[in-house]
Amino acid sequence: MSNAAGLRIVDLRLNVVATGNDIVDEINLTIEKGRVLGLVGESGSGKTTVGLAVLSHARRGVEVAHGQIFCGDTEVLGLDSEAKRKIRGGLVSYVPQDPASSLNPALRIGLQLLEVLEAHNFGGSDEARKARIKEMMAEVLLPTDDEYLERYPHQLSGGQQQRVGLAMAFACRPSVIVLDEPTTGLDVSTQEHVLKTIRQLTRDHGVAALYITHDLAVIADLADDVAVMYSGRVVEQGEVSEIFKNPAHPYTRHLVAAAPDIASKKSIVGLAGRAQSPGKRPVGCAFAPRCELAEDACRVEFPKMVSVGGRQTAACIKANQKVAVSVASSKAMSTRTRGEPAVELVSVSAGYSGNTVVHDVSLTVRKGECLALVGESGSGKTTVSRAIGGLHREWTGSIRLNGRELKPMARQRAIADRLAIQYVFQNPYGSLNPRRTVGDSIARPLVVDGKSKSGARQVVLDVLDKVSLPGSYANKYPDQLSGGERQRIAIARALVSEPEVLVCDEVTSALDVLVQAAIVDLLGDLRRQLGLAMLFVTHNLPLVRSIADEVAVMSEGRIVEVGPSESVIGNPQQQYTQSLISATPSIERSMR
Amino acid sequence: MSSENAGEAKFVDERPPSLVRQAFRLRRTQIGAVLALMLISVALIGPFLAPFGSTEYVDLPNTLSVPGTIFGTDYFGQDVLSRFLFGGRTILILAILATSIGITLGTTLGLTAAYLRGRADEAIMRALDVVLSFPQVLLSLVVISMFGPSNVLIIFTVGLSTTPRIARIIRGAAIGVVERDFISAAEALGESRKRVVFAEVLPNVTSSLLVEMNLRLTYSVGLIASLAFLGFTPEPNAANWGLMIQENRVALTEQPWGVILPTTALALLTIGTGLIGDGFSRVSAGIDRGGKGE
Repeated sequence: MSNAAGLRIVDLRLNVVATGNDIVDEINLTIEKGRVLGLVGESGSGKTTVGLAVLSHARRGVEVAHGQIFCGDTEVLGLDSEAKRKIRGGLVSYVPQDPASSLNPALRIGLQLLEVLEAHNFGGSDEARKARIKEMMAEVLLPTDDEYLERYPHQLSGGQQQRVGLAMAFACRPSVIVLDEPTTGLDVSTQEHVLKTIRQLTRDHGVAALYITHDLAVIADLADDVAVMYSGRVVEQGEVSEIFKNPAHPYTRHLVAAAPDIASKKSIVGLAGRAQSPGKRPVGCAFAPRCELAEDACRVEFPKMVSVGGRQTAACIKANQKVAVSVASSKAMSTRTRGEPAVELVSVSAGYSGNTVVHDVSLTVRKGECLALVGESGSGKTTVSRAIGGLHREWTGSIRLNGRELKPMARQRAIADRLAIQYVFQNPYGSLNPRRTVGDSIARPLVVDGKSKSGARQVVLDVLDKVSLPGSYANKYPDQLSGGERQRIAIARALVSEPEVLVCDEVTSALDVLVQAAIVDLLGDLRRQLGLAMLFVTHNLPLVRSIADEVAVMSEGRIVEVGPSESVIGNPQQQYTQSLISATPSIERSMR
Repeated sequence: MSSENAGEAKFVDERPPSLVRQAFRLRRTQIGAVLALMLISVALIGPFLAPFGSTEYVDLPNTLSVPGTIFGTDYFGQDVLSRFLFGGRTILILAILATSIGITLGTTLGLTAAYLRGRADEAIMRALDVVLSFPQVLLSLVVISMFGPSNVLIIFTVGLSTTPRIARIIRGAAIGVVERDFISAAEALGESRKRVVFAEVLPNVTSSLLVEMNLRLTYSVGLIASLAFLGFTPEPNAANWGLMIQENRVALTEQPWGVILPTTALALLTIGTGLIGDGFSRVSAGIDRGGKGE
């Protein structure tokens, strides 16, 4: 296969039209044919903006200020709108994050595939096109029979939908493909299949692939090269092994340190501060305000890319000084003496309108310990946690708090029981009432408990301090806060009534990896200080290893394996757990 | 312990201005407000400025040039301007009261249906559909012709016939809100249903509520004026814009002011409230967000 450049981005800058502020700037990337470049960064770092620019598209209110993008020999930014339309799906194609919303729910998948081919006049006849569709379906490992092609998108699983999306993207033999977090909503085993398919197709057809993600482990597993973005700039790029083994930019080092890994019990470390939005970014290196190595020179101008060795380059004036960044955690992992049981579930079954989805689950969450409940989507883990929190009506069996039997719904429970079990929700954007100051939201459990509003005020300030937020935040509204801050507020609200049990439902899944590490750190500290019993519900296996003492693996509504997290993840006994763990991408495993 | 806020002392996010403030940045809302305020002040202050009484005989009927009057006399020899100045108050007050009833009931029912879901939702909404299936004017006419026109009856029929429309809109807006986690959070605390509905859900549908309130006020003004035009007023000779149009339309060619003044007033008032409502809906839908109006 030739090593000519499949995609070349030269000095690209995109602006907000209204203000002229840069969203991304100084983007220079080259992807050779048949290689996958992973573009990583936090949300808001501009990675999707770059991805869309490759399709010569900018979101409303955004414009290309300057730069060139070559797909093969064609410069795509200068094309007229008719020509742009022609290259999309043909020369360069796109796989979006959510397959469910990118396929037309009213059209059969066979027809949708045919449309792509017809739009680009691919294949001379209908027969040729039909043959090409079958070929594509086979390449993405889906059935090729007519019955399958007659299906509607909703008749397919998420992984199948995403593979149809891949088939559409590869249908007209593009030379460049942009994949925007295509596996984010998928379970690990499905993700593994999709990643395999992507790797296979790009290698076989010599496609240059730009893979956008926030998941470092996926990059380590899939990509050949990596570019790390921060605040609209590429701060480091190089081959996967170079970057992960020897990250040169302080930001990259923090990213790697914050990523949990299934292959080892690693204490993950977060980082203070947050990236600024366009127009508010500091002069010079955008990372300087959060960087412990920053000096005055960093605040003058954006650092030039310097070679670190091999193909690795980094935009940091200290890239070649091997100064240690303090990313090591000083915290010793807890040495455990088994706590008293706080919450006990005895053969709990639960369902929705007569359909049982949770079968005979028995669990014990002990004081001062963290039990992780892991499983793929639909395994019933959230239903279990909602039953504990008194948010699920239909369940049988027994849930006990300190030996006391609990009623099914929160409203039926005694107020002390309601306050003793606190629930932290998955999405911090949805769990706080946007019309109420966060101080009022936090104080609410106290007011329900009969405290006066003024009496609650001091407690609110104390609890804000516990989650490392200043007291002034009490007067803010949720929309003034970042995702991580909102999740801290949600945790503060859960802590204010001095609970014994904290149920955390996927609390980090909406957060960036550095923020996730900080929240996990906070939860660990609180658990140790306050002796909380914690149920940590998640699909994120690597994270479990970094946070939990015990782990229970759920599949199809049943507990398949339970035990200390080190032994369950390090040495799984059940086949299901083993397959789950082997499907989970890992940086350490990929670097071996 | 790490904290995310350490490096962001300078990062102060401004809160976006409230819906009302944003709406009043739009030219259309400003114009609407000026029109509505103008007509509301005519209706409320008018009676104090009227040169004659509302039913006072001034001169021969349908005369244009009568000394001491600006617009002449109407079909009954009463001063057109005085009738006009007196004639807005009833309509406006009736419309506001009727709309308040509709809003209160409609919001309560809509929020309750959205929050309770299931059978309660079905029961409430299907019952309202029955009311909705009658055209509003027809329903009001039937009721008023059965019991005779009285202000209270007009307020209630107009208010109740408005209720299902408001309930539908509010239910639609609330159905997405009740799914969000902060509602679950309130339930986990064991908050009462009433509090969840009115303290958690209601504040999150205010934009729909504002839009709907304006729209329904506009329609109620029109409806009550139409009822008066059709003769359904408690006092047959009371000054009333709707009634004025009906009384004076026969003499349109000789004495046009008796029709022009109330028609213009009703048009400007409904255009005004309509523009305000339109401004609110544009802002809440984000159409003109960031723009300066057109």
